[in-house]
Amino acid sequence: MNSDKIAKAVLFLASVIILLIAGGMIYSLVEGSIPAFKNFGLSFIWSNNWNPTRNQESYGALPFIAGTIITSVAALLISLPLSFSTSLFLGEYYRGTRLAKVLGTMVDLLAGIPSIVYGLWGFYVLRPLLIDLGLPNQGFGIFPASIILAIMIIPYATSLSTEIITMVPGELKEAAYSLGATRMEVIFSVIVPSARSGIVAGYILSFGRALGETMAVTMLIGNANRIPESFFGTGNTMASVIANQFGEADGLKLSALIAIGLLLFLITGIINSAGKLIIKRME
Amino acid sequence: MKNLTLLILALFILGACSNSPKQAGAEKSASNSKISLTAAGATFPMPYYNMVFKMYGEETGVQLTYGGIGSGGGIRSLTDKVVDFGATDAFLDDEQLKEMPAEVVHIPTVLGAVVIAYNLPGVEGLKLSNDLLEKIFMGEITKWNDAAIAANNSGLNLPDLDITFVHRSDGSGTTQIFSDYMSKVSTKWADEIGTGKALRWPVGMGAKGNPGVAGTIKQTEGAIGYIGSEYAFAQKIQTASVQNSAGNYILPSIESVSAAAKGEIPADTRIMLTNSADPDSYPISGFTWIILYKEQSYNDRSKDQALATVSCLDWLVSSEAQGQAEKVHYAPLPADAAAKAKAILRSVTFNGETLLK
Repeated sequence: MNSDKIAKAVLFLASVIILLIAGGMIYSLVEGSIPAFKNFGLSFIWSNNWNPTRNQESYGALPFIAGTIITSVAALLISLPLSFSTSLFLGEYYRGTRLAKVLGTMVDLLAGIPSIVYGLWGFYVLRPLLIDLGLPNQGFGIFPASIILAIMIIPYATSLSTEIITMVPGELKEAAYSLGATRMEVIFSVIVPSARSGIVAGYILSFGRALGETMAVTMLIGNANRIPESFFGTGNTMASVIANQFGEADGLKLSALIAIGLLLFLITGIINSAGKLIIKRME
Repeated sequence: MKNLTLLILALFILGACSNSPKQAGAEKSASNSKISLTAAGATFPMPYYNMVFKMYGEETGVQLTYGGIGSGGGIRSLTDKVVDFGATDAFLDDEQLKEMPAEVVHIPTVLGAVVIAYNLPGVEGLKLSNDLLEKIFMGEITKWNDAAIAANNSGLNLPDLDITFVHRSDGSGTTQIFSDYMSKVSTKWADEIGTGKALRWPVGMGAKGNPGVAGTIKQTEGAIGYIGSEYAFAQKIQTASVQNSAGNYILPSIESVSAAAKGEIPADTRIMLTNSADPDSYPISGFTWIILYKEQSYNDRSKDQALATVSCLDWLVSSEAQGQAEKVHYAPLPADAAAKAKAILRSVTFNGETLLK
């Protein structure tokens, strides 16, 4: 009885601390971004003028919001076919085989590689390749950043989808086969529909990860604080500009960076809740 | 804001603590082993500070922790009074001085420069006039074999390559010195871009820190960018010679950077040395400073702590410490600047009494 009480108290305390931390973060983000919003109003969000020069200071978050959304959506689209087929391969076609185990481990390994290592690989391997292919901007820009992001988020979508696909009850599949369905038909009319909420959840998770990714993107995107001219142009993302400019920032600029942090927090929050809503609808 | 700075500092201090067992022996022999000083700021002079502060610690037992969190961070830390002194590559202007909670003094410590690095295989001895610098960095010249570059570099075989300008993506004192120079030599630059630690670049791409810019230039044929001299000299990066105000093309070196500080220096040492009048000077040179409060009695600091702070800084501008500067590729202070730094340190007080005689 006594140990039960202690356990309860510990659990309660842990959850309160989590709440306090999350609340504290929101509070400090809001508090820190007040000067920026006071100065520029809501147009801070859609202004594309980012000029940190003293005496002509003006900040707008649009170049970074655009960069973040474009790279993340592109990364999701690039990673989609790869991670979807890999999860079918692992969870259905070669399920339980040694090959699947090896491949599954490799996918998980991808998730464990630190961001900076992806960045280095992108800088020293991917970039020269893109230069040889004749890409503009010396292999820097939105496109290479999206590719590296896509590779980084593959394991998230793949692992979760594989798990869900494996969990589709055997009876369902056997019933479909007994009705004369081909494997393709089983996959697309039985497995995918019954696993779709889990699969979608996996993609939302990976999209969220792409939104906040910093180091690898910084090393490839070109860090030009302008709205990208094209998919092959240079740009910058919200997380990347914060990481780059925080060290020397003060006054209004610091507040603008914190405001970008707040916006990133909000965007991630919106994506996550939208995802939850979609999953709920599907169920 | 204060909490954030505190957190960052705490991390640095934690990092420093993990080294303490090694230094335990040195501490025992020293008389004032209890005193430890904390400082934070510019990354540009960090190799020099790390080296001389370690020497100072071994000699006197005063433990000194320096966190390279950037000039802005150094100013913030001093404002929040979480350090004994801060460090910055750009002096505080009158407006910034007014915003500080108390009177702040500047102590110049060493000289550095900003070099123009480029990557053109087989091309050595590139000469860039101020007009070319303006046109290249503002995106008006986009090819290396442009007639304007060729006219200034007869004899060089300039390739048909696109110019890729690499600038800093993070705020930096290096950018401040570079843009200060550009604003002095180009009215167009002054009007359209201006001076600052971070700017609105019309062209080019950003890379983080000197290593980032240097690495990107090294990896990219046709790239050009600006890098802190301490890094460029240490890495032996290929640099262009720049035209100084006397019209001479000068390569950056310890000597040509020193020459930039030969002129008159104001008593408070707040001066940008860019575009120096000296005919031998490399024109994109500058001081880096340590900043501290003129009245050292604040936040319950002890007199010993205050005395240790100014003594350490007094030693830093002495010939013993300055003699080490070249080892890590900085130019030492000229005698005039060192004398002025010493005079400023002698004006620093504790409860109204001067600390050094």
